[in-house]
Amino acid sequence: MKKCILFSALAMFMAQPAFALSIDEIVARANHAAYYQGADGKAKVQMVITDKQGRERSRNFTILRKDVDDAGDTEQKFYVYFSRPADVNKTAFLVWKQIDKDDDRWLYLPALDLVKRIAASDERTSFVGSHFFYEDVSGRTPSEDRHELVEETDNYYVLKSTPKNLKLVEFAYYKNWIHKTTFIPVKTEFYDTSGKAYRTYDALKVDTINGFPTVTRSKMTDTNIGGFTVMGYSKVNYDIGLPEDIFSERYLRAAPRQYLR
Amino acid sequence: MRQATRSTLCLLFLYANVAGAEEPSLPPGLGGSEPSLPAGLGVDEPALPAGLDNLPVKIPANDTAASDWKELLPFDFTGYAEARLGTRLQSDTAEKTASIGEARLHLGANKSWESTTANLTGDFLYDPVLDRHSVELESGEGWFDLREANLLFRPTDFSDIKIGRQILTWGTGDLIFINDLFPKDWNSFFIGRDEEYLKAPSDALKIALFHEFANLDIVYTPRFDSDRFIDGRRITYFNQNAGNIVGRNLPVLVDKPSRRFSEDEIALRLHRMINAYETALYFYDGYWKSPNGQDAASGLFTFPVLSVYGASIRGPLAGGIGNAELGYYDSRDYSSGNDPLIRNSEWRLLVGYERELLPEFTGSVQYYLERMENHDAYRASLPAGVFTKDKNRHVITVRLTKLLINQNLTLSLFNFYSPSDEDGYLRPKINYKLDDNWTLETGGNLFFGKRNETFFGQFEDNSNVYVSVRYGF
Repeated sequence: MKKCILFSALAMFMAQPAFALSIDEIVARANHAAYYQGADGKAKVQMVITDKQGRERSRNFTILRKDVDDAGDTEQKFYVYFSRPADVNKTAFLVWKQIDKDDDRWLYLPALDLVKRIAASDERTSFVGSHFFYEDVSGRTPSEDRHELVEETDNYYVLKSTPKNLKLVEFAYYKNWIHKTTFIPVKTEFYDTSGKAYRTYDALKVDTINGFPTVTRSKMTDTNIGGFTVMGYSKVNYDIGLPEDIFSERYLRAAPRQYLR
Repeated sequence: MRQATRSTLCLLFLYANVAGAEEPSLPPGLGGSEPSLPAGLGVDEPALPAGLDNLPVKIPANDTAASDWKELLPFDFTGYAEARLGTRLQSDTAEKTASIGEARLHLGANKSWESTTANLTGDFLYDPVLDRHSVELESGEGWFDLREANLLFRPTDFSDIKIGRQILTWGTGDLIFINDLFPKDWNSFFIGRDEEYLKAPSDALKIALFHEFANLDIVYTPRFDSDRFIDGRRITYFNQNAGNIVGRNLPVLVDKPSRRFSEDEIALRLHRMINAYETALYFYDGYWKSPNGQDAASGLFTFPVLSVYGASIRGPLAGGIGNAELGYYDSRDYSSGNDPLIRNSEWRLLVGYERELLPEFTGSVQYYLERMENHDAYRASLPAGVFTKDKNRHVITVRLTKLLINQNLTLSLFNFYSPSDEDGYLRPKINYKLDDNWTLETGGNLFFGKRNETFFGQFEDNSNVYVSVRYGF
């Protein structure tokens, strides 16, 4: 019985922390949990895009990530290697994520042996035709928004985030349900100026991998576009010791196969 | 005891659930007892009652039936089957009306071991527009075109070696090539095949060396690989000797350097990143890639000796990507420009800029210059009344690309325009991905010009439109 009381007390304590975290800390921890766990990572992603007519398309790719500034949660490098559909097989995409300037992006087209530099695009355009935006995949810089804590439940910090520059985005604000113990954003809702939620992100499944709670299935629904996209992650691995030179032209032209398996 | 804990937790959870009625349910993994909490917080979250994780989840299909068989193969396999039909927009007495009528089966396989990858890619094709179908691997003629047959390996951690038949590309231009002297297939490009067929394969050894200071690529081609140049059999061209546009009636006959290890090519690229900018120096030693000379005695067209020295830079510029490339084409056989049969040396310059104009809408412009050396000597060497090329050939290109319908529909336009030659070449294209397998495409290759002798003007009667359907697997 004593154990039970202790248990409940601990649970209560966790649900209502006496020394509340500052909002900036919550945002920073959520950003870390969503995009920066481990010094590097790998995942196989299976994406199923369902359009508003219910037709499905798939995208299969492996994503490699390395934090350039692991302590500061800022610059990162991504390598995305596509396997399906057939027309993008062996296509590779390289991103050097920057914080205060445009990301650097390259695309490798194997049939032409062409390394193409891609012009920086609006971060809020579709990633490979899915309902996820580039920004959803690589992370939105926290300092681009003003954050306020609108609610605190047993499980969640509920934050409302309003962009500092409304001209750069299609939403008026978004609400984020951040799981209190793991800081994983479990749900994000984007609202338009009339206050209608039109775009919703849901973390559907979480697995703990190498000690890191990791979203292994997620979904983005967009009523403006119609339809939704589900991303499933498999073969997730952290701290695999990815060398930084993987994220260079050399490995665009000759895929780093030992890290893509 | 355990029961008591469980009910307490249950109550706690129920309380939480009532309190936050609108909040999202915890996804499996966060709520259940499964993910152990981080060290130091050794308390399990309340178990989620059954049904809470029962969201309308569309679980991604593990593998579609169509691709199951590929998983069983001991190597990676991909390909497509395609039919492509095209017609000239005007009658051309020197060519058939159909510009392309192709059935193509493209198959690619690759297999990786520890540090070695083998690639094999080939196309089976049949096109009644051509009269000959016997296979000629070197020139890509006939019913089989071997595009890749190579081994890639990493002998040390600072080098990659690729040996065999391979597609090679470098440089910064968009459909304009200065320091990329790897073979091009202009026939494919002009009749509306997929853009990937603009690059013809090389039979070469590529050694790539990597160092912190700079990287060096060395490409050695033991036997000269020319462009798959315009020779009149598919596309009509201006023939200076005939003084007219000719086609199948007068195909280009060549005397091509073909002695292995002596009539060879070497191409070097020394490159490094400087901050976000890709910089490179280039060197090439070989031959003009398309016929640019003629043997006075035999009348055969030739590929004069050529060396190229160049440099390029590419990187972010004003919210887009800027690039600049320069090359000096040293036509070593031309002896100061008084031989009208051999192309003079020239400078080539390219500057380009690309940026997103609107969401899913990208635009780019390029300015390209060919500046002939010893133009006066060239002019003096020509017989009176013959068309004389300008000293400077200016070309401006514009590319517009718009993606629609979840990026499944691509509308694109590429235009070459030369204000000095007063000619140009417009490439509109519509591509629609019906699903993960089927792709429909239609487009055109529209040449225009005031004169028959200019680069694009000579192809005016080859203007064509095409449609294609492709099944990828």
